Amino acid sequence: MSAIRNYLRAHVRDPNPIAYALMFIAAVFFPVVVQFATNGSGDYLVGLAADGGVYVLMAIGLNVVVGFAGLLDLGYAAFFAIGSYTYAILASAHLGVTPIGHAAHVPFWLLIFIAMFVAAGAGALLGAPTLRLRGDYLAIVTLGFGEIVPSVFRNGKIWTGGVPGISALDVPKLPFWIQGPWVNQPLGFTTEEFRFTSANLTAYYVLMVILITGVVILVHNLQNSRLGRAWMAVREDESAAAASGVNTVSVKLLAFSIGAATSGFAGAFYGAKLSYVSSENFGFIVSVTVLAMVVLGGMGNIPGAMVGAIVLYFILFQFLPNAPAQIESLATSVGLGSLNHATPNGWPGLGEEVSRAKYVIFGLILVGIMLLRPQGLLPSQVRKQELTHASKTALVAAAK
Amino acid sequence: MVQRVRASVVAAPTSSLINVVGAIVVAYVAVVAAQRIYQGGPIFFAQTMGFGLALGAIYALVALGYTMVYGIIELINFAHGDVFTLGAFFSLALMPAFGLTEGKSFGFGILLPLLGLFVVTMLLCAVVNVTIERVAYRPLRHAPRLAPLITAIGMSTLLEGLMFLWKGPFNLHYPDLLPETQVTIAPGVSIAAKALVVMGVAVVLVIALTQFIGRSKLGKAMRATAQDRDAAQLMGIDINRTISATFFIGAVLAGAGGIMYGLYYNSVAAFDGFQYGLVAFTAAVFGGIGNIPGAALGGVLIGVIAAISDGYFFPAWTQVWIFSILIFVLVFRPTGLLGMRVPEK
Amino acid sequence: MSDFILRVSGLTKRFGGLTAVDNVTFDVPAGEVFALIGPNGAGKTTMFNCVTGVYKPTLGRVTFLDRDLTGSPPHRAAKAGIARTFQNIRLFEYMSALDNVRLGHHCRMRSKLWDSLFKTPFERREERRITEHSMELLTLVGLDHHAENYARNLAYGQQRRLEIARALATDPKLLLLDEPAAGFTPQEKVELMELVGTILKRGITVFLIEHDMKVVMQASQRIVVLDHGEKIAEGTPNEVRGNQRVVEAYLGKSA
Repeated sequence: MSAIRNYLRAHVRDPNPIAYALMFIAAVFFPVVVQFATNGSGDYLVGLAADGGVYVLMAIGLNVVVGFAGLLDLGYAAFFAIGSYTYAILASAHLGVTPIGHAAHVPFWLLIFIAMFVAAGAGALLGAPTLRLRGDYLAIVTLGFGEIVPSVFRNGKIWTGGVPGISALDVPKLPFWIQGPWVNQPLGFTTEEFRFTSANLTAYYVLMVILITGVVILVHNLQNSRLGRAWMAVREDESAAAASGVNTVSVKLLAFSIGAATSGFAGAFYGAKLSYVSSENFGFIVSVTVLAMVVLGGMGNIPGAMVGAIVLYFILFQFLPNAPAQIESLATSVGLGSLNHATPNGWPGLGEEVSRAKYVIFGLILVGIMLLRPQGLLPSQVRKQELTHASKTALVAAAK
Repeated sequence: MVQRVRASVVAAPTSSLINVVGAIVVAYVAVVAAQRIYQGGPIFFAQTMGFGLALGAIYALVALGYTMVYGIIELINFAHGDVFTLGAFFSLALMPAFGLTEGKSFGFGILLPLLGLFVVTMLLCAVVNVTIERVAYRPLRHAPRLAPLITAIGMSTLLEGLMFLWKGPFNLHYPDLLPETQVTIAPGVSIAAKALVVMGVAVVLVIALTQFIGRSKLGKAMRATAQDRDAAQLMGIDINRTISATFFIGAVLAGAGGIMYGLYYNSVAAFDGFQYGLVAFTAAVFGGIGNIPGAALGGVLIGVIAAISDGYFFPAWTQVWIFSILIFVLVFRPTGLLGMRVPEK
Repeated sequence: MSDFILRVSGLTKRFGGLTAVDNVTFDVPAGEVFALIGPNGAGKTTMFNCVTGVYKPTLGRVTFLDRDLTGSPPHRAAKAGIARTFQNIRLFEYMSALDNVRLGHHCRMRSKLWDSLFKTPFERREERRITEHSMELLTLVGLDHHAENYARNLAYGQQRRLEIARALATDPKLLLLDEPAAGFTPQEKVELMELVGTILKRGITVFLIEHDMKVVMQASQRIVVLDHGEKIAEGTPNEVRGNQRVVEAYLGKSA
């Protein structure tokens, strides 16, 4: 018992390992609990959680760019798109339709890494000329990039599937998989090829947990390394960092590329699971969703980004879709049932209004958090001071 | 006393190779464009130019707001493009109150109500923008750069969300009150009268702005604060009021732009301002950020470029060209066309 | 190889219409304390910024260890062996004192992205080594008990010393100190001079900007004087003290 207490005390400054342990345990028990609570029909929820994992991955990646290195990337979805489209083009019959004539069916396990490198390359390409710009300009350039990339995919005609996108993507396959009492089989390995289809959502979930665990370990290592320190220094005071020997452009480029790589990685998984990509799914709404997740959970803080992602994902994809029906019945029960119906002068009905609330929620989160609790949900007094504290000269000026 | 130099974009090494390559690319595109323009004939060209200049006039009005705010507090007010859309939305909602309905023809009869509509809408937009500054930007004026930027994009998203809640995602029809006639400028060649009206209003507003900035006390205060905030404060200038005034004026122009956008295109939607804002900011940077004539010039040029791209090349790639201009200017010539070479800090 | 560690020749820096540094030439001998003095606004910090790469000189050359460093970006200057502190203290306020000094080792570490990602034994060993060295440096400046404190929680004098420790972590051959004694009590100034002596003994040349004449005259072996961007005197403390132009620059012509 005292060993645990000592461990906790030693980690009071760095509570990350505890947070990770808690989340990992929760992740492992989640499908079991869900299946139990829904009497075996919890597949939908497990699949939803696997999709949520995609956002968790992206939040971790954007956190490296915004939270660690302090670079505001408003076009993060562009790299997500690049990862997804790389997967779609190389793991389907698509290339057979293009002038190349020969379809590529690169296996999932190799392709996610290829997609990751392609996205990282795109990040480096965009970052190389633009990362030396000051924050505002970088933000708007990334915003523009986030608009351009889906537009290019949409207008790519035969090469990118054009407006309809690319469908019927290959699913991940393994030569064997574990089977056990949860599918009414004796514990052991399956003998035939295992395919990750929408019938095996739990398999996707398990895969996602493994991927997230891996990414978290790697990013956590970075945080406490030479590079992580350099990121913190560049974020705090770029000139002082440069004077102390840090090549700020190169360090920022690494952050940007790693963020892009994570997004591309998530994109490949997303494409494989959905088995479909279309430029419609990669707009600004995705970039701002991930940003809101990182800001909500706490910038610069890996567990924070993950918690922010989980909370916001739950609100957006579980709560909000079900809210209209609940709010409508609530309105009816308090006698305001008339609000539920659409009127000719434009009121679309209470239910529809609630489902349109996404953007307002994002805006409120971003503005509210920055004004009221800039360190995000997870506690971090240091970060709070960092984000609101005036520089010494500014304090003096404000005091005048 | 050592002159205070403002921190600015650290210029990338302007190697002459890049300049040469850039010049060749621009020259090539210009030649191809000229060829196609010639082939298309003067009638189409005049129409395209009319469209481009009207578009450019609207971009100029929005760009001015961006450039003034950036010049004074070095923040990109992402919500500015949405204030522009609000101008269209507000005026649409107010039109019945001024007796302006579909079918009313353009003439002296509607000038007074139209003026009233402009004034009220512009005031409403100004109130919104000043409130945004007061509530979201002022508390974070001394926070690290990232904080106000995030708040700005959050504000933009919030405004879009509110308009989305109010009117949904669909295109709203905006009454067609501008003249439908064509104005002949040469034998057989004409420009839409609509375009001329839009340009005319924009010119009037820009001239009014320039006079105000150049002559009035507040205008002087704005220029002083943009150059050196501490010195201006020491001279007794009320910084908060000056900044609020800048947001006020910027919104007035954007609101007017929004009305003209509605009148010209006869359609507005909640998310229009997002793209428009991006292009308008590109125009502001193109002309020289912080520079008022630059923003006007940049707006017009970008409008014309966009129109030529839409008319003579692939419209789908117009956005890509505009974005490329943004990157090129920021990386290789951050001072824009008319900006001063601000020394590195 | 000359025994001038730093040679500045014909250095000019203009900002638009203002000439902050005008055709200044001097040589800094290795292994000594060299001081740069002059009234406020003389261009001293601008000179430092030109040497360390924060500004690109408009004209002139900066030669360090017989290599032309003119216009090199700051991190290259640091890698070459020039370290500096700032007039208005620029520490990483929300990093611990230890992390500030560890950061100084950045350009001397060889861990790559791969090593950092996978926490390889190489990375672990290097981290251990630089942590030990950082603690040594903190002990040198008397801050070892504050290693885990955030830099912004340190007292003013401690912050100045921390900045020096961070600069030393870059393993420099030349250390530029910009007004290191500003705001110090006489006792702290004495301790600072002792620290400078210790630094000299490690073979590091010290180049300092300072306003306190006592400190300058006592500590430095050679001095260069700037006024309105121009060099008006160069020599030993005694030579400079007796120079009429220097006296006039500080006290005004009527003195």
